Amino acid sequence: MTKAQEYLTSETAWCPGCGNFAIRDAVAAALAELDFAPHQVLMCSGIGQAAKMPHYLRVNGFNGLHGRALPPALGARIANSSLKVIVESGDGDTYGEGGNHFIHTIRRNPDIAHFVHNNQVYGLTKGQASPTSDEGMKTNVQTFGVTLPPFNPLATALVMGAGFIARCYSGEKEHLKETIKKALLFPGYALVDILQPCPSFNKLNTYAWYKERVYHPASIDTDNWQAAMALSQEWGQKIPLGIFYQVEHPTFISHFPALAAQESPLGTRSFEPHTLAHLQEEFS
Amino acid sequence: MNILIGGAAGQGLDTIAHLLGKSLQRFGFGVLTSKDYMSRVRGGHNFSCLRIEQETPWASAQEIQLLIALNEETYSLHKGNLTPQGRIIFDPDHVSLPNEEKRGLPIALRELAKEAGAAIMANSVAVGAALALLGLTTNVTEQLLHEVFAQKIATSNGKALRAGYDEVAKTNHTYFTLPAPMEKKQIFIDGNSLLGMSALASGCRFLSAYPMTPATGIMTYLAAKQENHDVVVEQAEDEIAAINMALGASYTGARAMTCTSGGGFALMTEGLSLAGMTETPLVIVVAMRPGPATGLPTRTGQADLEFVLHAGHGEFPRAVLSATHLEDAFYRINKAFELADKYQIPVIFLSDQDFADTVRTLPPFDFTLLQHNRYLLDDDVLTSPYQRYLFTDDGISPRALPGQFAGEVVLADSDEHDEDGHIIEDAEARARMSEKRQKKLVALAAEMSEPEVDGADEGDLLLIGWGSTYGVIKEATHALRAQGQRVTHVHFADLWPLPTATINKLFSHFPHSVCVEGNATGQFAKLLRRETGHLVDQLILKYDGRPFWANEIVKEVINYD
Repeated sequence: MTKAQEYLTSETAWCPGCGNFAIRDAVAAALAELDFAPHQVLMCSGIGQAAKMPHYLRVNGFNGLHGRALPPALGARIANSSLKVIVESGDGDTYGEGGNHFIHTIRRNPDIAHFVHNNQVYGLTKGQASPTSDEGMKTNVQTFGVTLPPFNPLATALVMGAGFIARCYSGEKEHLKETIKKALLFPGYALVDILQPCPSFNKLNTYAWYKERVYHPASIDTDNWQAAMALSQEWGQKIPLGIFYQVEHPTFISHFPALAAQESPLGTRSFEPHTLAHLQEEFS
Repeated sequence: MNILIGGAAGQGLDTIAHLLGKSLQRFGFGVLTSKDYMSRVRGGHNFSCLRIEQETPWASAQEIQLLIALNEETYSLHKGNLTPQGRIIFDPDHVSLPNEEKRGLPIALRELAKEAGAAIMANSVAVGAALALLGLTTNVTEQLLHEVFAQKIATSNGKALRAGYDEVAKTNHTYFTLPAPMEKKQIFIDGNSLLGMSALASGCRFLSAYPMTPATGIMTYLAAKQENHDVVVEQAEDEIAAINMALGASYTGARAMTCTSGGGFALMTEGLSLAGMTETPLVIVVAMRPGPATGLPTRTGQADLEFVLHAGHGEFPRAVLSATHLEDAFYRINKAFELADKYQIPVIFLSDQDFADTVRTLPPFDFTLLQHNRYLLDDDVLTSPYQRYLFTDDGISPRALPGQFAGEVVLADSDEHDEDGHIIEDAEARARMSEKRQKKLVALAAEMSEPEVDGADEGDLLLIGWGSTYGVIKEATHALRAQGQRVTHVHFADLWPLPTATINKLFSHFPHSVCVEGNATGQFAKLLRRETGHLVDQLILKYDGRPFWANEIVKEVINYD
């Protein structure tokens, strides 16, 4: 069994006070508590501060291109279904550059736990608006303030048919860790949108701002899609946290004869070309 | 002997070409069919050319002996290529020929089909009529119908087939004389199915792609194999996703491939660069069609050579191979998978619409010649901790898969990285890692096949080609030799790193050198110039979206001054 501390690797490139630290600790603790050995876990990410996570956790990592964290994760899921696949990236990467992949990965329902660090701002490029920035937020590019309504990831995921939808806040580590554990165990696509202050570039959505607003609804009927949709629309004075929706449906790999049987990983099954000489018979 | 079947999209030309071609193959003839179609589902003008010889033809020929005209447009567009002794099968109820046209053979295709069961079977009537003119019987085609269709449909199509046959037989004797059939067993296969088949037999386990003409046939071939084989096909939301999915599958251990055409490959270039940086094996089939932009979606060309050579930001090694002809491409796409795994690089396989859609009779392939080596790290040589980008003499780092070794993790990174795969920015490490990647080109270059040479080491004329113009240049070579020219045909299949020994040896021994290419700028000639210094004397270029005809090449060579 691996201890949470043993998942943590090198020094990070994050700013002091960054929400990423709490998320990293929560993921490491969740993996340790669920007893996933580092070599059994694959983390795919895109580009951005959050997307550096595979460098700071000792698991297999595919740190790919900006916005492209989900497609390699799907490919990995197909080639080796014995790996626990996590995708971790920021709001710009996931909901902006990678918006199309976000939508269509949900439709496929692969067994992927998706942790989005949502700090509502671009950090690595120093402070431009992200798809989730609140209207009115002034930046060095959005000089009149953000004029576009924010992208709503949870509502979008619900509409696309996601089976597991949760919102967490990096300031609540225990809740974050427990939610991550449930997402890791969920059979199918699981989205955890993690609200996270950016002390360097987001002067609007600060720790104090969140502290005033986040709350845990008394009870959530996680089978109720309409109720989940209603919760996903709450933003502003009150921001609900928790698992909004959790309903299983057939996962991506269950549709493929080569994968459904769950034998050895597809990618490395033994094979000899001459056994397929019969393929040319249909052309004779 | 050449047959042209023409009509509007939706009239079932493919069915006629396939039934006739496949029947002729079963009779033992050498057959080639090529397809000329518009980017539309209904209407327009489409045609298929069917050539029959004793040995399998290398290319379509322009001259037509039998024209099956399902509409008047077919007649007006192709009558000029019909020989004076040629015949035209047409339906007098729907197509009228001018009075002075004496080559017409009116057959009430739709009426006879109706009598057999339904007007839609007019195609079968036409096939029957053609068989009669060729002096063949209907039994082989009837057998084929039963293999393809359900009992009831096959039986009524058989009836329609015989109706067409009898209609000709009662008024005409055999009109065309075919060569003696071959004795050897043949298969009849198109380029896309062949690439799909060889990919599967090369151990390709995953194809992610976005449908794009003319590459889609590879996707549909493999998709149909998912039921009974270890392969998964996923239609991606776009080409960006397609290449990234394939990279994820490859990184975790599957031989993976994607296929597209120029426009889709444009979206993949970011992912191509990622393959280079992460050193992830990948095979990308780029089936060329004319651009720029949407271009001519269903036409052919060779205008993306420079694009695939240079695609992707930054510098990284790649291999570029091409489809010259079916017999070679079957083994060459296997080589693409082997090179990708061995050198941990992206390998681009250039095909085009002409190659993809041309169907030819061939002897069966020897599957025992296909390779399946994964070049993965063995347990006994693993040193802990595993380093994905370990510096080695040849630049190739031992490759382990995620999950392969307990306690070891595999980190792939699109940022510049150290041997562990972790992000770095220091100058020295960056330079060293860049050199490591480039080093792989040295051994890779030695794996490239020298071009195939047909002809003597010296002569009057050196004809240089690459890719799918192989067959048509071969025919042009034969035609020029028949006119007394001493011609040598050099044909490149492996394009990058460019193998140069053969061309360096031959080039100065020919007073006239010609590069034949399906593009407007002579892209291969420029590559040759860049890599060898040789400047060809003449470019024969075609960029109208159609494949070359052998007689066009002959004419341009002769008219050069």
